[in-house]
Amino acid sequence: MPETQPSLLRPGTRFRIGDIGVLLAGTACIAGLTLWSWGGSQGDTAVIRAAGQIVETTTLTRAKTFSINGPLGITQVEIQPGRARVAADPSPRQFCVKQGWLTQSGQTALCLPNQVSLEIRGRAAAYDTLGY
Amino acid sequence: MTRSVIELPVHADDRRIARLAALAIGLTLAEAALPSPIPGVKPGLANIVILLVLLQHGWRAAAWVSALRVLAGGLLFGSLFAPGFWLSAAGALASLLVLALARHLPQAFFGPVSLSVLAAFGHIGGQLALAGWWLLPGAALIKLLPVFATAALIFGAVNGMIVMRVLAASTSDRRQSAPCLFP
Repeated sequence: MPETQPSLLRPGTRFRIGDIGVLLAGTACIAGLTLWSWGGSQGDTAVIRAAGQIVETTTLTRAKTFSINGPLGITQVEIQPGRARVAADPSPRQFCVKQGWLTQSGQTALCLPNQVSLEIRGRAAAYDTLGY
Repeated sequence: MTRSVIELPVHADDRRIARLAALAIGLTLAEAALPSPIPGVKPGLANIVILLVLLQHGWRAAAWVSALRVLAGGLLFGSLFAPGFWLSAAGALASLLVLALARHLPQAFFGPVSLSVLAAFGHIGGQLALAGWWLLPGAALIKLLPVFATAALIFGAVNGMIVMRVLAASTSDRRQSAPCLFP
């Protein structure tokens, strides 16, 4: 084969080692993009409101329980390392209890009848789509 | 009164570029007929032609074929200078720029599949950059990034393997003249 001929013209029926590298790098790139764009940031603070006023702000480090008074009765908020939930609420439909554990920054559980809300915050405040 | 004649000499190179561009345009039209689950996710079959042209006739020829494809595709779809046309142009330009760099990779290690995957990522990157900057500013596109990137990886790899096969087929027969890749 003459030297001037591009070597890519040689039979290219097999993968070359760099091809596999490019494919792996592409897969890693997709994984990184997925985590970056779809995964929320882990929350580290829980903010509890009653009737619109912040009554408790606590870090998600140690397990504890708060009892918040509202018009209907007592809402129990349970904090565990890295997550928080509304454990019990007197509201009839129990939406905020059924939401379960909240972990990501920006997640919120609203117990509207009892006017209590639980919000998770992270380092960077996520957009509040409920408020906007 | 003298008759003036404007002569536009046509070289063999011009004819070849025109033929290859026609093939790329045909593939673009054909794949527009394919249903796609997500708008914008397409196999990019014309990139097979662009890559073959790059490997066999150099980057300049590939750029010509790509530009003609985008222009003629815009004319045929009736979307000339519409947003879709500019998205197409941005993708083609970005993938050509990526190829301009990637073709200098050592050929012993990086074959057509590498070039095709890199070009596909460049294509989607150029399109999304223009779309994000011009058409859809904001965070909405970011959520779609993984979808488009996955499509780029899969279709890029498949197109690259097709290029590999075509190259192998064209070099395995021992004809004296250049093999006709595109009957």
